Amino acid sequence: MFKISQQDQNNSSTTESNKTALKKTPLYNEHVKLKGQIVEFGGWLMPVQYTNVIDEHTTIRTKVGLFDTCHMGEFFISGEDAFKLIQIIGTNDIARLEDGKSMYHIWCYENGTTIDDSFVYKFKDNNYMIVVNASTIQKDFDWLKFQATKNNLAVELVDASDDTGKIDIQGPFAEKTLQKLTKLDLTSLKRFYFVSTQLITVANDGSIENKESNDYEEGNGEIDCIISRSGYTGEDGFELYFAAEKAPLVWNLLLVAGKEFGIKPCGLGARDTLRLEACYSLYGHEIDESITPVEGGLGWAVKENKECKDNKGNKIDFVGKQILAEQKKNGPKRIIAALEMIDKSVPRNSYEIFDEDKTKKIGYVTSGTFCPTLKRSVAMGLIDSAYSKVENIVSIKIRDNFYRANVVKRPFYEFCSGKK
Amino acid sequence: MDNPDDRKYTKEHEWVKVENKEGMNATATVGITFHAQELLTDIVFVELPKAGKKVEQFKQLAVVESVKSVSDVFSPVSGEVTAANNELTSNPELINKDPYNAGWIAKLKIEDNAKLNNELNNLMSAEQYGEYLKTAAH
Repeated sequence: MFKISQQDQNNSSTTESNKTALKKTPLYNEHVKLKGQIVEFGGWLMPVQYTNVIDEHTTIRTKVGLFDTCHMGEFFISGEDAFKLIQIIGTNDIARLEDGKSMYHIWCYENGTTIDDSFVYKFKDNNYMIVVNASTIQKDFDWLKFQATKNNLAVELVDASDDTGKIDIQGPFAEKTLQKLTKLDLTSLKRFYFVSTQLITVANDGSIENKESNDYEEGNGEIDCIISRSGYTGEDGFELYFAAEKAPLVWNLLLVAGKEFGIKPCGLGARDTLRLEACYSLYGHEIDESITPVEGGLGWAVKENKECKDNKGNKIDFVGKQILAEQKKNGPKRIIAALEMIDKSVPRNSYEIFDEDKTKKIGYVTSGTFCPTLKRSVAMGLIDSAYSKVENIVSIKIRDNFYRANVVKRPFYEFCSGKK
Repeated sequence: MDNPDDRKYTKEHEWVKVENKEGMNATATVGITFHAQELLTDIVFVELPKAGKKVEQFKQLAVVESVKSVSDVFSPVSGEVTAANNELTSNPELINKDPYNAGWIAKLKIEDNAKLNNELNNLMSAEQYGEYLKTAAH
């Protein structure tokens, strides 16, 4: 055995020899200390798991856990045309975004296929942060510059990805854990809202003063931090942004603060099963350079009627609008469907999907796994829309055999459904 | 954990326990090692072979899946499958809990005892396997 075929191509194990070419986050040494199993992911050395995927997945659903997301990209966009640029490059309507809130925003090419998906954070008018996927940072930033130049827009673009640390704290006890490190009343922070504030390195209840690690020696101050109530797990939680060099300190403060709630560091393995249960798209799988957001089941984030203007104030289309509007109106020929296995087996990325009679190939699996919370195997698959009706049965070819699966309603796991 | 010395081991981390080796009805029970299940972590699915399947030494016999990985199980010896451990269908984690007993995967009927003896010479004893695990990371 051990011809292990890793399920995520971006996620293959690495040998010592090629590790030098790969990037490390500021938390790399913490992962090694915590005995995380390190793999390559999109050019980065990241922990895939510390204990095992099921344990870490369950920790997020029932307690609280931490993810290193320092590898993700952060762009700061300002200047008098900042709003216009963001409105032109993406599908959602940024005009609806209020100060202190974030919005899901998908970037497309003219033909409607997807460059990347992102979250836009609005500080105030013409002052934004955009968070993008790690493997697409350079492509995305080049695209922003290209569109700014093409449309003659007065903007200032800063790629702060290398200088920005990011940690996601997720789970039903995320709020209680983080509350120890901030004077802000977190109960007042609603989902998708954020605040620019400080983390305190000595907890409100003094518990952090019982230093259990020397990592706090540089503490006893405040750390500038954006606290956003959001995440990628289907559970309550926060995404924290701060200076990259503070990452080990923030990481260890959180681990101590969450100790009484059973906090654990969690790897990319659990991050993937959690987001799949919640039916969140992963760039490179449900959407990519050959798949449009409408095909990806993300039509709700495509606002084809939004107002978009050029630098002279004339109305223009956002990039990709024509095709996306047409696909929304007439329905895409293929679409991402949520699939749940009827027969026992585990569907995986790129397995072929056939109709119930196994005679016609109708698509392929974009993401699939055994789901720890549901204790069932599920997948998302890009299939011929004619077969995408809920309760329709399809056949997934797994090695040499066909296994039946049902099309089901998205998501597999309702947001925060475990919350008391 | 000690690997039992009543069986033989492959470099790919399978074990085989042969019974009635000198008789007419030699049988082999196959599974994966403690080390294998430790590397795989949480086993969530086992694709078992069907009875009647004929398999050659070191060819694919079954598939073991964790949340994140798919691994072939190769047969340590040649033979015909007479039974698969159906308990693993509902409790695949038996392999994690008890890889050398309750977590067995398949039983094979041996058709050629001379061939079997040759094949067993290609495998490691418990002691040799223990040394093999120490020599390098597998």
